[in-house]
Amino acid sequence: MGLSKWIGTKQGIFIVLLVLLAVLPLILNDFHTNLLGRYLAFAILVIGLDLVWGYTGILSLGHGIFFGLGAYIMAIYVTTESSGGALPDFMMWSGMTELPFLWELLSNPVAAILLGILLPMAIASLLGFFTFRNRIKGVYFTILTQALVLVTVTLIVSQQRYTGGSDGLSGLSTMFGFSLSSPQTQLFLYFLTLVVLAAVFYFCFKLVNSRFGKVLIAIRDGENRLRFSGYNTAYYKMVVFTLSAGIAGLAGMLYVLQIRIITPTMIDIIPSIEMALWVAIGGRGTLLGPIFGAILANVGTTFFSENYPELWTYFIGLVFIVVIVFLPGGLMSIGNKLKRKRRGSDHEEAEQQAGSAADKHS
Amino acid sequence: MKKQNNKQDQPLTSILKCRDVLVKFGDFTALDRFSFGMADKEIHFLIGPNGAGKTTFLDVLCGLTKMSDGSITFQKNYSIDDKKEFEIARKGIGRKFQAPSIFPHLTVQENLEVAMKQEKGVFSMLRAKMTKKQKEKIDRQLEIIGLAGKRDILAGGLSHGQKQWLEIGMVMMQEPELLLLDEPIAGMTEEEEEKTGSLLRELKQDCSLIVVEHDMDFVREYAEKVTVMHEGTLLSEGTMEEIQQNDKVREVYLGSKGADAHA
Repeated sequence: MGLSKWIGTKQGIFIVLLVLLAVLPLILNDFHTNLLGRYLAFAILVIGLDLVWGYTGILSLGHGIFFGLGAYIMAIYVTTESSGGALPDFMMWSGMTELPFLWELLSNPVAAILLGILLPMAIASLLGFFTFRNRIKGVYFTILTQALVLVTVTLIVSQQRYTGGSDGLSGLSTMFGFSLSSPQTQLFLYFLTLVVLAAVFYFCFKLVNSRFGKVLIAIRDGENRLRFSGYNTAYYKMVVFTLSAGIAGLAGMLYVLQIRIITPTMIDIIPSIEMALWVAIGGRGTLLGPIFGAILANVGTTFFSENYPELWTYFIGLVFIVVIVFLPGGLMSIGNKLKRKRRGSDHEEAEQQAGSAADKHS
Repeated sequence: MKKQNNKQDQPLTSILKCRDVLVKFGDFTALDRFSFGMADKEIHFLIGPNGAGKTTFLDVLCGLTKMSDGSITFQKNYSIDDKKEFEIARKGIGRKFQAPSIFPHLTVQENLEVAMKQEKGVFSMLRAKMTKKQKEKIDRQLEIIGLAGKRDILAGGLSHGQKQWLEIGMVMMQEPELLLLDEPIAGMTEEEEEKTGSLLRELKQDCSLIVVEHDMDFVREYAEKVTVMHEGTLLSEGTMEEIQQNDKVREVYLGSKGADAHA
């Protein structure tokens, strides 16, 4: 395959995107680099969400919670490090005298990083176990994920002395002795997020192109047929849902280090729905599309809310309607449409390339 | 394959025994203490008027519908009573649905690849690589169902008849011992019907078949044994000639169409 053709493949586009994202900090100021870094964390999340929704056909509107758990756990660790063993302010105000057990545990960075991924996975596999095995699917499952968000957010708000309540956690100043407010640390975190994004993309790309990935698509297309072919589809769904929750937790940890505050409203129902919108805007079942969806939607949010705050909500609503009506396949389908057009006009060239059509499958 | 030569000499072994199968949907009794048995490598047709319980019986056999009472034994002593669909499928009962049921967003080849007999757990699938043997099996199957030229197109783009063959091909890839087919020629052109018929003969080399069919000409052409069902019970069983001579059968089923049944 020639270079020009390779650039057009998903891997090629992704590499170009990576290079672009690696160069952008040279042009952007510190503030905008930091913003972009947060969007990259969202981009990591939507890859996992696309595995579940785009490939397997299970719509989760509860990924804000998995993201949020990762963020909260990381925030708790950083808070304990930042306060140097002293009780955080909100705990003193609610009359606590010593760190609760969970905080004690999470003051160990290894435990925190592991739990930031494992706890969302554990919750997802529990939810998946009880729902998928009992054949709860479609909109009923989606409603359950929303219920999970409500329950968790209510719990976080009500347990103020452990969680900071609706004010959330905001005393995130140092991690491993580095000041989180310094531009150097933030630049490092930007690149760390970029590297994780690349790794997660690579991993999921391998996954969807394996036979396992074909089984996921088969679950979406005809779960019954697949059961009668000898697959325990409930188990597959549980595994992919759990995996995507782990990716969301990882994204949440990277996110909170860059925004340095986490509150219940950031992981509530509306953000959870927005995450699914990014996937839809970018293009379900493409892995790459949702990354563009997440980055562009958030860049759009920032640009419009800075310049036309009152118009922003209308605009995002309009974008969504336009995508649903005119581009059900999301942004990624633009590429295919153009390709088809070009193929139509450059018929001869297409004929010459027909010999290498087999490459499609490699 | 190697067993085929001396197959004829051996006494027929039983592959399926169903005793007093009872299936109720609310007040409606779909299968009323239905008993059924069939021999290995037999091609057995189920006929009967609408609502006789034919499709329900296939549903019970593949685990889609649970019976309220009775027992079903597959092969020597595998009881399917409390088994899940995927377990029954792994044990060797394949099901072809009436409406073509394939994976439209996978290519024709990938449809066969997913259906193929193999370890079907999550971790086996993650590690699965296409072996040379598997590739050959898929190639051969593509030839049998006549879709070799369409291997790389998305299955959703096939015609109705081609989808039916693809699904039959997928079930064959599972290498079942017993294959359940629900009206395989419904909606097919005459030419496609013939092709499907010869496909059934080919299938019979490797497995036993239960076929639900309404088209009497097709049944007459391909059936070895026919079971007539009526209101959830067994009305009569035998060769097509025996069935046609049976007065009860003529009364409830062929009665109205007696004339064309003899045509």
